Amino acid sequence: MRNPQLGPGGELQHLLTLEGLPPEVIGRILDTAVPFVSIAERDVKKVPLLRGKTVFNLFFENSTRTRTTFEIAAKRLSADVINLNIGVSSTTKGETLLDTIDNLVAMNADMFVVRHSQSGAPHLIAQHLSTTGRGGIHVINAGDGRHGHPTQGLLDLFTIRHYKQEFHALTVAIVGDVLHSRVARSLIQGLTTLGTPEVRVVGPQTLLPTAVERMGVRVFHDMRAGLAGCDVVVMLRLQSERMKGALLPSAGEYFKHYGLTAEKLRLAKPDAIVMHPGPMNRGVEIDSAVADGKHSVILPQVTFGIAVRMAVMSILAGSQVPA
Amino acid sequence: MTAAGLPDAEITLGRLAEKMRGAVAFDAKLIGIHSGGAWIAERLAEMLDGRHPVGYIDVSFYRDDYAQKGLHAKLATTTLPFEVGASRIVLVDDVLYTGRSVRAALNEIFDYGRPESIELAVLIDRGGRELPIEPTYVGARVAVARDLSVVLQRHLDGSLELSLESANGGGRA
Repeated sequence: MRNPQLGPGGELQHLLTLEGLPPEVIGRILDTAVPFVSIAERDVKKVPLLRGKTVFNLFFENSTRTRTTFEIAAKRLSADVINLNIGVSSTTKGETLLDTIDNLVAMNADMFVVRHSQSGAPHLIAQHLSTTGRGGIHVINAGDGRHGHPTQGLLDLFTIRHYKQEFHALTVAIVGDVLHSRVARSLIQGLTTLGTPEVRVVGPQTLLPTAVERMGVRVFHDMRAGLAGCDVVVMLRLQSERMKGALLPSAGEYFKHYGLTAEKLRLAKPDAIVMHPGPMNRGVEIDSAVADGKHSVILPQVTFGIAVRMAVMSILAGSQVPA
Repeated sequence: MTAAGLPDAEITLGRLAEKMRGAVAFDAKLIGIHSGGAWIAERLAEMLDGRHPVGYIDVSFYRDDYAQKGLHAKLATTTLPFEVGASRIVLVDDVLYTGRSVRAALNEIFDYGRPESIELAVLIDRGGRELPIEPTYVGARVAVARDLSVVLQRHLDGSLELSLESANGGGRA
């Protein structure tokens, strides 16, 4: 079956998941993002690529940061951006997802950036658009349920490549709540596609998906062993609601075993980088001294995230409409 | 492909530098359009009197054929290591044809600041303009059939060479 994100010539039509995306497509997005980084340093922080295009940010689930970075990316490409927090409007009045989409298409949308709590929602929208002959409208997944968050995965890959150049000799540890993390899923898919020899997941049994080894990762329950010799440490956000259930005893207990401290970080390579998708829980999954320390590249990740989203949007908007 | 009818690139570069000598402001900043124009700008900076810092521009984000052709697969980063505002600038390209690359470059330069002046230096002017753009300095004017592209190459030793290639789907210059 053809990858629904790719057109007949293999060009990117939608960005729905990193799963199954060929390494050359991922590589092209990362390469394209490089010149976009410097646009933020100019007098006029805008290029005219998406001038006259209308981008709808459809957030069925709240996320101020992700929505803002997509909004900045689209605006720096000169697009008009409309933000819709749909969780609090149409759906509460009973409108279906696809009816909402059809209404926005009637308003001449060119691109949808979709965040939804249901896995597969962006995929459904893309499929709906192509089966109704509107394949020229592009869809970007900005996080769907537990499934994926491809632009976060791409910005993580961009950050790793920026500091480490190559993937083929790296050891990367992803630490924390992998079970509920779409960020972790997308990153693991991207890292393995680009040939990273060792990807580790580190966390308590209750926060790792069953049979996670099938994703091509090594599993560690002891954080010290998991960090040993790592080039890259990716800390995941521990969502506070997980504490309330039976998954974890307490935040303090979690920090003791899986919180990143300077002392544990010393087990990784001396030039290891520390990443976090944000927003951080200081003192829960990461110690302040590490978050603000010299290994941390958490704020550059945010800056790179805008360039990567600009790259994705301009590759999509420039791709040909399938016949 | 044959280079019949094309002048020698090195001799033409010498002619271009000769025309610019004494005419270009002593502090003019050179901006080469990626990639051929960038090579020419680097060479001109060595050949001309005075101090001429070199910047590089990739006009992909400003091209007017983005809606038809999409984004170039290989992008270079625009690097202007000087203040553009109030500067005298010479924009440098290898081959001037339709004038669309120059239009895109002018737009991009103004997003960095308001220059005092911009001149245009090209190695080859092959005519065929589709916009009201004229070069200030020209190495050589040549007539080339519409279905051919004039391509500048740089060899490992740094020497430049012009050649003709069949233009698959419209001129870039």
